Amino acid sequence: MSAGQLPRWVDYGLIPLLNLAAAFLVSGLVVLLIGENPLEAVEILLWGSLGFGEGVGFTLFYATNFIFTGLAVAVAFHAGLFNIGGEGQAYVGGLGVALACLALDQYVPWWVTMPVAVIGAALMGAAWAFIPAWLQAKRGSHVVITTIMFNFIASSLMVYLLVNVMAKPGSMQPETRTFEEGGRLPFLNDLQSWFDFGTAPVNLSLIIALIACVLVWVVIWRTRLGYEIRSFGANATAAVYAGMLPVRIIIVTMLISGGLSGMMALNEIMGSQHRLLIEFVAGYGFVGIAVALMGRAHPVGIVLAAILFGMLYQGGAELSFEKPAITRDMIVVIQGLVILFAGALENLFRPALVRIFTPSRVPAVQAG
Amino acid sequence: MKKLLTISVAAVAGLAFTAAAMAADIKPAVLYDLGGKFDKSFNEAAFAGAEKFKEDTGVAYRDFEIQNDSQREQALRNFAKRGQSPIIAIGFSQANAVEKVAKEFPDIQFAIVDMVVDLPNVRSVVFKEHEGSYVVGVAAALASETGKVGFIGGMDIPLIRKFSCGFKQGVLATNPEAEVFENMTGTTGAAWNDPVKGGELAKSQFDRGADVVYHAAGGTGIGVLQAAADAGKLGIGVDSNQNGLHPGSVLTSMLKRVDVAVATAFEDAMNDKWTSGVQVLGLAEGGVDWAQDDNNASLISADMKAAVEQAKADIISGKVEVHDYMSDSNCP
Repeated sequence: MSAGQLPRWVDYGLIPLLNLAAAFLVSGLVVLLIGENPLEAVEILLWGSLGFGEGVGFTLFYATNFIFTGLAVAVAFHAGLFNIGGEGQAYVGGLGVALACLALDQYVPWWVTMPVAVIGAALMGAAWAFIPAWLQAKRGSHVVITTIMFNFIASSLMVYLLVNVMAKPGSMQPETRTFEEGGRLPFLNDLQSWFDFGTAPVNLSLIIALIACVLVWVVIWRTRLGYEIRSFGANATAAVYAGMLPVRIIIVTMLISGGLSGMMALNEIMGSQHRLLIEFVAGYGFVGIAVALMGRAHPVGIVLAAILFGMLYQGGAELSFEKPAITRDMIVVIQGLVILFAGALENLFRPALVRIFTPSRVPAVQAG
Repeated sequence: MKKLLTISVAAVAGLAFTAAAMAADIKPAVLYDLGGKFDKSFNEAAFAGAEKFKEDTGVAYRDFEIQNDSQREQALRNFAKRGQSPIIAIGFSQANAVEKVAKEFPDIQFAIVDMVVDLPNVRSVVFKEHEGSYVVGVAAALASETGKVGFIGGMDIPLIRKFSCGFKQGVLATNPEAEVFENMTGTTGAAWNDPVKGGELAKSQFDRGADVVYHAAGGTGIGVLQAAADAGKLGIGVDSNQNGLHPGSVLTSMLKRVDVAVATAFEDAMNDKWTSGVQVLGLAEGGVDWAQDDNNASLISADMKAAVEQAKADIISGKVEVHDYMSDSNCP
């Protein structure tokens, strides 16, 4: 059942909305089960994420992470690759950001450090994706297995570095020293004055993320490389027959994907925490998969899905803050339901919708 | 004159307000670390303290479990904005966030456990774990028949070396010939929750001749105590009273009263006795102690009890000074 059978607005608008509604319905039942009022919960969730400046700021802050990791998954998706190593690539990308910031922050202003950090993040993330990519391209080792293994290797490597090499002496926390002004991206609050984000850490990397969206769109839909990636993803055999080089496509796609994942660290490390700390990725890499699925691997969809997940993160935190009965684990359940309905059960409503929307077109085809 | 009048009216109103506020109007809050409220260890002790306060006084409190590092500051601010005070942050990882938010809300009382934040509205509660460890070290040395005892730490951080160092001093002060083995479970947060590895480390220490092991390893320690019980040796618990986990096999536990720290902070705020600054809880203050109950009564002989109590008294009186590893990152 391909997307071609449905009008675009149904495929890209109605189906995600229905999935979302189903997810919230089931979440509402769960909330009801633990004895809270689901409508009130939704109200707090919406107010917490969009109702005031700081809430909006936090929503956009989380969304920035998800845009990067979502784009990373989407790019690989177009080549038929399932990169679930965003977690590790972002973690190692943090190393690139931190090295740039630690080296430069005392000498130059942030706008000099920023391009170096962007390149560092992208390079490190790409490097972390390179070995799985090479193994897939040359040896046929499945990228799903290798990237998830590399998540564990990344975690061990970063722990080793943070505990033994980069830790601040005398501190019990495995983390580097705090960056000086030169290693901090400006908060959006400091860049403009027409909207007050309160104390939310939303920062310049949101803009970088949006630029990355545009670039991904250009590369995937408007360049020869993008054409090759999409052809390879649609039908690898045909692409090879047409003279495309599978090794090159796989490796280049994974490098782009890893680089995008790595850039997530800009937001967390250079934008918000201002130091490299242990396990800062905290699952954003995995949520990127759901974001890419929900956003239909298209930058516009990814931005919308990222904002939705940003709302769930921020609104969810407010919800568990306001309602002690709704613990942080409940929030994870709600997020899980959204992922379940938007990802795994994506086709739940599709057959019914196809039936609704096709009859009017069938006679037309027969007539023609 | 008018101005004076306004001031005095304000002052009277203020007085009336504080009088009404006394012994009642506090809105306490607890912020747990990433481990979560029910981690069977450190955070849970804080939860127990808050619950006890609620039971004793009927004053409700709010709490929050963070999901990621960005939420530390956010949650503290959320508490502060809603006028919660005092706000207690559990764990040394909260130090950066407390420092930042406490500066923004100078009228609200903050507290942090296990770390020092030097601000006029922050109470920093730290424990003299080395003293408590010394005392259980004395007990271990007396209970050991082989003259060999072991220490198993969780994550290899200065704080845990402080436990180890105090324990070693207690053992060697009692039996200068004794041998103390020391193992750390790991270098990451996972080292707090690896009972299998804890059990293996304990077994390897038993193989080398140890017959009493002391753990300071959170959830990992459950495996250590289990291994000791299985092998017919003795374990020593930590943080909360773990004597009851394997009655007859847990010699004693080194109590670190995070619950007392939390409850005391709330009570002080309620009774207008709040003090900021560093609060060091050692043996003298009841912040650390050794645990005696029915579960280990058969293991503690009268001589042992006398010796341990003597060591405790000596430390409290200042006759014996236990070296703190964290003072110079060195253990004598």
